[in-house]
Amino acid sequence: MSILVNKDTRVIVQGITGRQGSFHTQQMVDYGTKIVGGVSPGKAGQMVGGIPVFNSVIDAVKATSANASVIYVPAPFAAASIMDAADAGIELIVCITEGIPVLDMARVKHYLEKTKARLIGPNCPGIITPGECKIGIMPGYIHKKGHVGIISRSGTLTYEAVKQLSDRNIGQSTVIGIGGDPIKGISFVDALKAFEADPDTYAVVINGEIGGSGEEDAAEFIAKHMKKPVVAFISGQSAPKGKRMGHAGAIISGGKGTALGKIEALRNAGVAIAMTPDMIGETMVKTLEAHGIKL
Amino acid sequence: MKIHEYQAITLLKAYGLPVPRGILAETPEEAKKAATTLADCVIKAQIHSGGRGKAGGIKLAKNPDEAYKLASEIIGMTLVTKQTGPEGKRVRKVLVTEKIDVKKEFYLSVTGDNEHAGIVIVASADGGTEIEETAATHPERIIQVPVSVITGFQVSEGNPVAKAFGLTGALKNELINILSGMVKLYLEKDCSLVEINPLVLTKDDHLLILDAKINFDDNALFRHPELAELRDINEEDPKEYKASQHDLNYVTLDGNIGCLVNGAGLAMATMDIIKNFGGKPANFLDVGGSATTEKVKVAFQILLSDPNVDAIFINIFGGIMKCDVIAQGVVDAAKEIGISIPVVVRLEGTNVTLGREILKKSGLALISASDMADGARKAIAAAKEASR
Repeated sequence: MSILVNKDTRVIVQGITGRQGSFHTQQMVDYGTKIVGGVSPGKAGQMVGGIPVFNSVIDAVKATSANASVIYVPAPFAAASIMDAADAGIELIVCITEGIPVLDMARVKHYLEKTKARLIGPNCPGIITPGECKIGIMPGYIHKKGHVGIISRSGTLTYEAVKQLSDRNIGQSTVIGIGGDPIKGISFVDALKAFEADPDTYAVVINGEIGGSGEEDAAEFIAKHMKKPVVAFISGQSAPKGKRMGHAGAIISGGKGTALGKIEALRNAGVAIAMTPDMIGETMVKTLEAHGIKL
Repeated sequence: MKIHEYQAITLLKAYGLPVPRGILAETPEEAKKAATTLADCVIKAQIHSGGRGKAGGIKLAKNPDEAYKLASEIIGMTLVTKQTGPEGKRVRKVLVTEKIDVKKEFYLSVTGDNEHAGIVIVASADGGTEIEETAATHPERIIQVPVSVITGFQVSEGNPVAKAFGLTGALKNELINILSGMVKLYLEKDCSLVEINPLVLTKDDHLLILDAKINFDDNALFRHPELAELRDINEEDPKEYKASQHDLNYVTLDGNIGCLVNGAGLAMATMDIIKNFGGKPANFLDVGGSATTEKVKVAFQILLSDPNVDAIFINIFGGIMKCDVIAQGVVDAAKEIGISIPVVVRLEGTNVTLGREILKKSGLALISASDMADGARKAIAAAKEASR
């Protein structure tokens, strides 16, 4: 078992003819992901590494019965691509693209409410169920099939956590990068819910960072609803204040948003905290021992 | 992106909002000339920071000669405010505005409400003071009204603000016009903040915008070429500016270990671990997902151009970013500019074997690290040695 994606997931690639799109399509195919088609307007009929290209998501879905999509198109067109995928009936949309305007994402978020689509990202590494399906840009070889779920706002920090677990022979059920943008699809809480319900996931790692209140919401959910142990690392403890956050924005979060505030909230919810990024693996080892969980 | 007060005022005026008469001056002569048309006037330093008044950057002039004198004092001075940091910001121009007799001051802003994928109006009857201060001392005096990005501002959303400000009748209509214009501007120009502080009630009973601040979403600048010319690079850290020209995400810090990392999360975590092990990061630098060899080279140059940097820690976990690209960029930069300080490299992820090979073949004296913690420790040790 796993969450959201498995060996039966049928994936199309939006932006398959671009530099990133074509490179990562090959990587996904090599990993064993069922890539059934690609989309690139005006390029129908072409093949990319043996994968047929279609003009639109609707055409691709009709021809391939795809149920998931991964988006590599440039930021100015990414919001429209997400909505195209939702319109075509895609159930899981993974948007890798970085730099989408905030207001575009606000509009997309409202648009998706009227569809059955779930969005992962944008500005994320994607999702992987090791040994079955890799959708995104993560290096496949660091992963190992197993029973720990990972949820992360950062791409590269996800890899860091994965590698530390794999190096200690702790495999992963599913690893989700939820993305670093302020407005995104699946949240920490959404992913925690799914992992709590997945019988094959025994424990969860969350990688958070400063800004927003996703980690505080996660802490509240964990305290009330999670039975499985959770380990967390929050990055940005040494980040200078106010460098990225808008003036009035800092008020709206009302004291939420600092690394220490998030760590405190998670700790109070019973989460084991890795204080430095190199301690994620060790903290999980100890947590599993403490809960008597054998993998 | 931030802009100056005078630019914000011009934009608000273009959206039909009430602003005072004002003239930009870059020399005392221009300030004097402006003052002759304005009678009593206020000379306001134009820098990208709040708290200018307290720092001595806003002065009242009673006549053109006084305007000349005050402008000659303010232009060229370095203002240190709560927001500028101890190094302050040099004033290059002033805004000369008519003096307004004020009965009351209010605070108004429109900003993002990411949690609800919307925007929000923030208002307080305590204008003129910094909103952070009000939030800390009298949070109950701040109200927030959510606004949909789909429908934009609805007249009824002005009611709670009018009530908080105690405005009715014609003044309430003026307020609603201002709120509507602020939201319209926010949505049309992809802002991240439109702030009016203070909005004032004048002696003759009208609302007027005395000071304003507008920030834009950098990600959306591609569709607003008209905003590009509002950028004032004099206000930016030169290293941060150079980085932004190459799509690199760079923030100057005060330590001595330069960091070159891919991914914002890992870049922050790298700073954290350096600090945790007793070192001090000189910067945050995320080379991003789609970096080219050329971009990595620029990133490396920026780090080497910082005289505070005693050692460099390159921490890469390749996903979309391939290790061989990073490696080639480092080698190219090192060969072109030469490296006089120790460089610690940790490579992992996509194409890692290729990347390590490139570094090895280059013959450069790089210190290789097995993981992030190892790299941080080696960089701290190398920096200590080098700064001796």
